[in-house]
Amino acid sequence: MKEIGRAEVEDFLYHEAALLDAWRLDEWLALLTEDATYRVPSNDQPQSDPKSALFIIADDIRRIRARVTRLKDPHAHAESPRSRTRRLISNVRIVGLDPLQVDANFVIYRFRSNEDVRQYVGRYRYTLQPSKGGLKIKTREAILDAMELASLGTVSFIL
Amino acid sequence: MEDMSATPLVLNEPQAQRFEINRAALVDPAIFAAERERIFERCWLYVGHESEVRAPGDFKTRTVCGRPILFCRDSSSELRVFLNTCRHRGTVVCREAEGNAQRYTCFYHGWTYDRDGRLYAVPGQSAYPPNFDKNQLGLVAPPRVEVYRGFVFLNFDANAVALKDYLGRATEYIDLVLDQSPSGRMEVIHGTQEYDIRANWKLLVENSFDDYHLITTHATWLDYLKDSGVEIKRPEKGHVLPSHGLGKDLGKGHGTTDNVNFRGRPVAAWIPIYGEAAKPELDRIRAELVSRLGESRAKRVADTNRNLLVFPNLVLLDGSSVSVRSFQPTAPDRMRVRAWALGPVEETSLARQVRLDSFLTFYGPGGFATPDDIEALESVQIGLGTYKEVQWSPLSRGMAKEGEQLNTDEAHLRAFWIQWDKLMRAA
Repeated sequence: MKEIGRAEVEDFLYHEAALLDAWRLDEWLALLTEDATYRVPSNDQPQSDPKSALFIIADDIRRIRARVTRLKDPHAHAESPRSRTRRLISNVRIVGLDPLQVDANFVIYRFRSNEDVRQYVGRYRYTLQPSKGGLKIKTREAILDAMELASLGTVSFIL
Repeated sequence: MEDMSATPLVLNEPQAQRFEINRAALVDPAIFAAERERIFERCWLYVGHESEVRAPGDFKTRTVCGRPILFCRDSSSELRVFLNTCRHRGTVVCREAEGNAQRYTCFYHGWTYDRDGRLYAVPGQSAYPPNFDKNQLGLVAPPRVEVYRGFVFLNFDANAVALKDYLGRATEYIDLVLDQSPSGRMEVIHGTQEYDIRANWKLLVENSFDDYHLITTHATWLDYLKDSGVEIKRPEKGHVLPSHGLGKDLGKGHGTTDNVNFRGRPVAAWIPIYGEAAKPELDRIRAELVSRLGESRAKRVADTNRNLLVFPNLVLLDGSSVSVRSFQPTAPDRMRVRAWALGPVEETSLARQVRLDSFLTFYGPGGFATPDDIEALESVQIGLGTYKEVQWSPLSRGMAKEGEQLNTDEAHLRAFWIQWDKLMRAA
């Protein structure tokens, strides 16, 4: 298999961001491996393990799918009506080749009715798996820079 | 506030079976200011848990009732709580969230304090007059600091009753949580969920132990449990929830739910979400409970779930996991919430993993339920913008009944408001 370069990784991450911003969640699920994980650590313990520390989100693939099921349900009141989000992904770096590990910075602007913009800033850590259909996401961690969630409130959408 | 006696904030007419909250109590800045003096400066307030500062020199800083607080252990391992302000100019002395310190040095002019609060060094001390006394200028402790089974509280009222008397019957429900641990010792697990809610703090009090909202607000959480293989029974006639549960007034504004469990619990109530591998471990935990506590107490610990309010702003949630949650009002329509997971000190790594995973199925800013609670409270607060036109909220569920009050009734919520109203009226 030919070596994967940054441009290909960037294209993939931009595609993922576009799907999430458009709430095309089923298509987003299709980007994940069958054993994928999605994690958001607590703000005060950014380098920890969900087996021994309290996270904000620590989903295995079953709970990622359940999360999507929930978010598509109009009774998920925190996201009904849905937030509008706009993700800017930058500083993409390949930091490991086997497995393929990628770091990237993100700024996600979240808009809801009658309130100021909430800005989620941080970095992603991915493990990506090359496959016949292109890259797949094996692990996905979103580490927030904010010292506390504070005025960000919740992480009710996919970060 | 002058007209507070003219229009009641809590309308309580048992004979007429009326109980209504004046919505101004959730909005009015004058009432918010009075609350700080009459409630928060009189009541025992949660600071933290002993396990958060283990070794000599360990410290945490946090805010309690608007005061910066330093919570630490001194060199002889004594727990200490200080007002985190330099005696010289007022600077916050310790500006880190947590850590371990040999001494605490104020960076502004270099005044340095020992771990036990004594003023250790003052640069250029000789320029002060002879009456300058270092012994009188240590870090100041809040008027009262007391501990109940690892939970550390402070009180700004030097004349307050002892903590144990203040807690009263709430101790029974704190003890039930601690019985999860063979040694009776639980610890705060690393990782703090710290977030704001744009709502009055009393709305979170209500929400924390009001089970009436469960079916509608948490419909997607119930669906998640069902989809994962948990049996959710249809409510019996006249009931709202799939299992029987009580709402209890514990006196002095404290209250709790006390429910027959139907959800997963890391203390020996396995559900498929935990995975087959965890089953033997949960069986082992139950066997230990039974052998230590006897069948009936073990069932109480494992097979009931309880959300306890310790008046005014501490909640112990013993449901899908154990969460310690306290909240600080920052404005009439805003609060800062801090939540931690609590687990037995001797828990195995597998049991700990189940506990933390189960926590996230429901609780917290990324859980499957708490975000919808927050949405509800924020939506209430926006709706309360109409408080001058739509003045009253009924809180009378269960009032016409004799005997037991359900968790979906509101007797325990009324008990909170009655105590709140009593303190607000006290001069």
